[in-house]
Order: sequence, then structure tokens, then C-alpha cells
Amino acid sequence: MTALTREETQALIQEVLEVYPDKAKKDRAKHLAVNDQSIEQSKKCITSNRKSLPGVMTVRGCAYAGSKGVVWGPIKDMVHISHGPVGCGQYSRAGRRNYYVGHTGVNTFGTMNFTSDFQEKDIVFGGDKKLAKLIDEIEQLFPLVKGISVQSECPIGLIGDDIEAVSKKKAKELEKPIVPVRCEGFRGVSQSLGHHIANDAIRDWVIGNRDGDESFATTPYDVAVIGDYNIGGDAWASRILLEEMGLRVVAQWSGDGTLSEMELTPKVKLNLIHCYRSMNYISRFMEEKYGVPWMEYNFFGPTKIAESLRKIAAFFDETIQANAEKVIAKYEAEYQAIVAKYRPRLEGKRVMLYVGGLRPRHVIGAYEDLGMEVVGTGYEFAHNDDYDRTIKEMGNATLLYDDVTGYEFEEFVKKVKPDLIGSGIKEKYIFQKMGVPFRQMHSWDYSGPYHGYDGFAIFARDMDMTINNPCWKSMQAPWQKPAEGEAEKIAASA
Amino acid sequence: MPNVMIRKNDAGALLFYVAKKDMEETIASVEMDTAETWGGEVELTDGSRWYIDPISPPPAFPTTLRFKRGDE
Ligand code: SF4
Repeated sequence: MTALTREETQALIQEVLEVYPDKAKKDRAKHLAVNDQSIEQSKKCITSNRKSLPGVMTVRGCAYAGSKGVVWGPIKDMVHISHGPVGCGQYSRAGRRNYYVGHTGVNTFGTMNFTSDFQEKDIVFGGDKKLAKLIDEIEQLFPLVKGISVQSECPIGLIGDDIEAVSKKKAKELEKPIVPVRCEGFRGVSQSLGHHIANDAIRDWVIGNRDGDESFATTPYDVAVIGDYNIGGDAWASRILLEEMGLRVVAQWSGDGTLSEMELTPKVKLNLIHCYRSMNYISRFMEEKYGVPWMEYNFFGPTKIAESLRKIAAFFDETIQANAEKVIAKYEAEYQAIVAKYRPRLEGKRVMLYVGGLRPRHVIGAYEDLGMEVVGTGYEFAHNDDYDRTIKEMGNATLLYDDVTGYEFEEFVKKVKPDLIGSGIKEKYIFQKMGVPFRQMHSWDYSGPYHGYDGFAIFARDMDMTINNPCWKSMQAPWQKPAEGEAEKIAASA
Repeated sequence: MPNVMIRKNDAGALLFYVAKKDMEETIASVEMDTAETWGGEVELTDGSRWYIDPISPPPAFPTTLRFKRGDE
């Protein structure tokens, strides 16, 4: 199918909106748009970061998910207590595949689930005592733990527990940082506020811990990787490129990261942000308080990688700039081979995306490197500043959908007929059953890494493996297929 | 009176960022922008106007300041 024109896309949106009652229609209309590259400010065409409509199917998460699951969870040498009932933590345990090195249960705790397992009596009489006991138990069972964070689930805010007081008291006793995080699930409209709350907790309880302590030997080439959660090893694939360039990566936030790395971050020369949405807050804070500049970069696909490496190098001296060119040249043969191998198999294929914080715009370049085209994209929980950054990346007259509902997404797919959809686990099986190739783009469908040159090779292979999988030809039961000979006739007449 | 973080972007222009509102706009003009004072009426590229009592000496950016809406 050829690309839709602006009018056709607009008509499609209208058609999809038709089933809603008037009020819902009016609301949802603001979240769906046809991309127009000439617009500078996204707020003119799309509304975002609003409460989802009751009654529609949304795939958003909660503030607790944004704080515990995304920002804090991957910090490997801390224990993150899911404070409240057991389910919130248990059902999301280890789902994001934030890889790390260490001995789980000894000096790292990433894939474990710690919870205060609230019962009725804790709701009625308060859970502060239980929390104190839990912290003591953690210290006893896992003496190598470097710090503890208390991630509030909904009931904590509702019953008015004073987790701050418990944390302060226990932190003094144990002489370890204990961070209370007020990320109750009901706060805000999506996980996005959880990111913000988590950033603020880091600001208030972690960042200043080494102020005035000059024992850490710095170099002029210190950087921190911010907003890379090491999904399937992403941060590692990024880190080697920076190190080959001659930079020293002091901290990884927060995939495979540690508490002390975070504490040292204000001492670096430059903060590199991959996921702007979840960690811009803390970067802005460090810029203001410590004068550490930050920049956004993108390590998906060779074009964007080269662009980003040069942009990063421009902050440093000529040696680093020369090194950046060397790194790009070093990998050139490798990625050219990937493009040569997969581009012919993927050329012209059309993709629709619907993901979280940065991928709806960051992966566009990687698809384009493979000759593919992203024809629709949207975020679960973006804000206007994300769409500002997306408009220029997307082609004209492509679809933008914010906090898309299950119904809208299905209808769009039926009409746009993409060759591939990249979205989450909740969408995966619906679209696969509809016969559309699908990649799970939150945790890379158990694959990865996708960042860096190494990641690009895996990305290309995965996309090819999905789109050109022979199973898509077997979607029809054999007895429903036209008889031998008839198929050719139909094909000839078409 | 929102708290506004003012920072320079890559091009050297001043950005006006209100975290609570997710608003990130470029500053189009500042009433007083000299070696001695900075502030007064501030106009953004989206046309909105804000006000801050002039500060002297001018603050170092990035910094967080409290602004009033121009029409208040
Ligand atoms: S909304 Fe509340 S109860 Fe539900 S997962 Fe989030 S914190 Fe837990």
C-alpha cells in the first residue's frame, strides 16, 4: 500500500473517532494528529500527559511502576522495597530485563522482589513498624546492601504512613542511605510522574551525599550515561563506544548502576541522556546546582550513532574528536555489511510504533538505515516536549497518536496495514493473531541489546526474522485456501 | 507564580522551563538585559508574557527563578 496523504490520514482519524460518544470523541480527537513537520510546537497539534478516559483500554502504568520499575529498580546494589501489598512488585518482577553483573542475593539484588506484603491489619493499624522490621531483616540477611529505597504503593499514601520518619531513623542506625519515595500509584496520570518523583527523591537523598568530598579522582573526560536501563545489555553496547572514544564512563543511570555511581555523578564533565523523559529532571538539576551540562543522544542505528558520537565529541578536545571519527571508521565495515545484508530484505517495509519514553522517536533512524519507513508513532506517557522532538523525525502526513486506546490502535493498523508493529506485550498477541508481524519494543522481545553498533546488528536481524518469518504465510487454514491453480488465477487477475 | 528554570540551549538562546507544566519555550525578548541587570518583562516565542523584578547583578544560568504571569 502506498503512503496515505494528509487528507486520507485525517479522514482515517475521523472515521476511528466516530464510534465514541461526543464527549469522548472531543477528548480523544486532541490526542490524535497528522504529523506536520512545519509545526515548531507540538502543543499546536497534539495534547499529551492527560488523564486517560475512563472506559477505554489504555496500556499506561502507574507512578509506582515509573519509580520502582524504571528509575530505581535497576540500581543493583540497593534493595528496593515494594512497600504495600505483594502484587505490585511481584507481578512486575524482573520484567524489564535490566541486565547487571554481580551475585544476586549477595551483593546485587536487581531481580529479587522485596515487599512488606501488607495485610489487613497493616492497613488498619499502619505499617511503619513492619517497615522498620523489614529494614532490619534486610540488613541482617544481606549485609552487603549499600542502601535501601522504600517505594510506596497506593495504600501507603491512603493510610498516611510516615515512611520518611522510619527511613531517617533507620538510616541513622544502619549508617546507610534509606530513601523514602512517595510514588504511590494513584499519583499523576501515568508512570511519567513516577519518573519525576523518583528523580526528585534522588535529588533530595542521593545526589548531595558526596558534596565537599574530593577524594574521587576526576579526569577531564568523565561522563555519565543517564537514562539507559541496560535492557538486554543496551548500556554496555553504548558504553564501549564512549570508552573507545577515550571518555571515562563514571556512572550508568540506572541499568547496571550502583548507588556510589549516582553519588559521583555531579563530579562528571558531561551528562549524556538517552531517555529524556525519565531522567531530564535530574540532569537539569545537576546543571543548575553543579554546572554539569547535559545533552541528548541517540544510539539506535549507524546514522544516529555517528551523529551522536560527533555531537558528544564536540564537547571535548581534538583528541576525542579525532577518536570519534576513528570509532565511526572502525565500525563502518561492520555496519555496512549489516545494511547490505538486511536492507534488500526490508526495503520499503512500513512500521507502526507505540512505545514509552524515547523509542517512538529514537528508533526511527535505525529503521531508516534499513530502508524502512515509520508511518505511525505514539507514546504512552509523553509530554509536549517529547512530541516537539518527534515532529521533525517523522515524515509528513504520518500518524501521531498519544495514549492510544486499544480500539484506536487496532483500527489504525487495519487501515494503514503496516508490515511491522513495534509495541508492548499487551499489544503483541492481538496483532500477531491479526496476522501482523510484531516486535515487543519495550524489552526487545527477549533479545537485545539494540543500542550501539553491536546492537544494530541484532536489531536488523530481529526485524528481518520477524517480518520475513514464513509463519505469516500460514495464517489461513489449509482448507480455507483457494485450491491449487486457483491462486494463480486470482493473482493473475489482480 | 511558577518556578521557572532558565537555561541556555545549544544555540545560546535562553530557554524558559516550567517543570510543573512541561513547558519549554524559548525566550524571545527580555526587557532589561545589560551587564548590570537582568529581568523585567519577558516575552516568549509562543507570545506569552511573564514578569520578574529586575535582578542585579544578572544571575548565572542555569538557575531557577520565580516569575509572575505578565497579565496578572
Ligand atoms: S496503581 Fe497502586 S496498586 Fe496498582 S500497581 Fe500501582 S502502586 Fe500497585
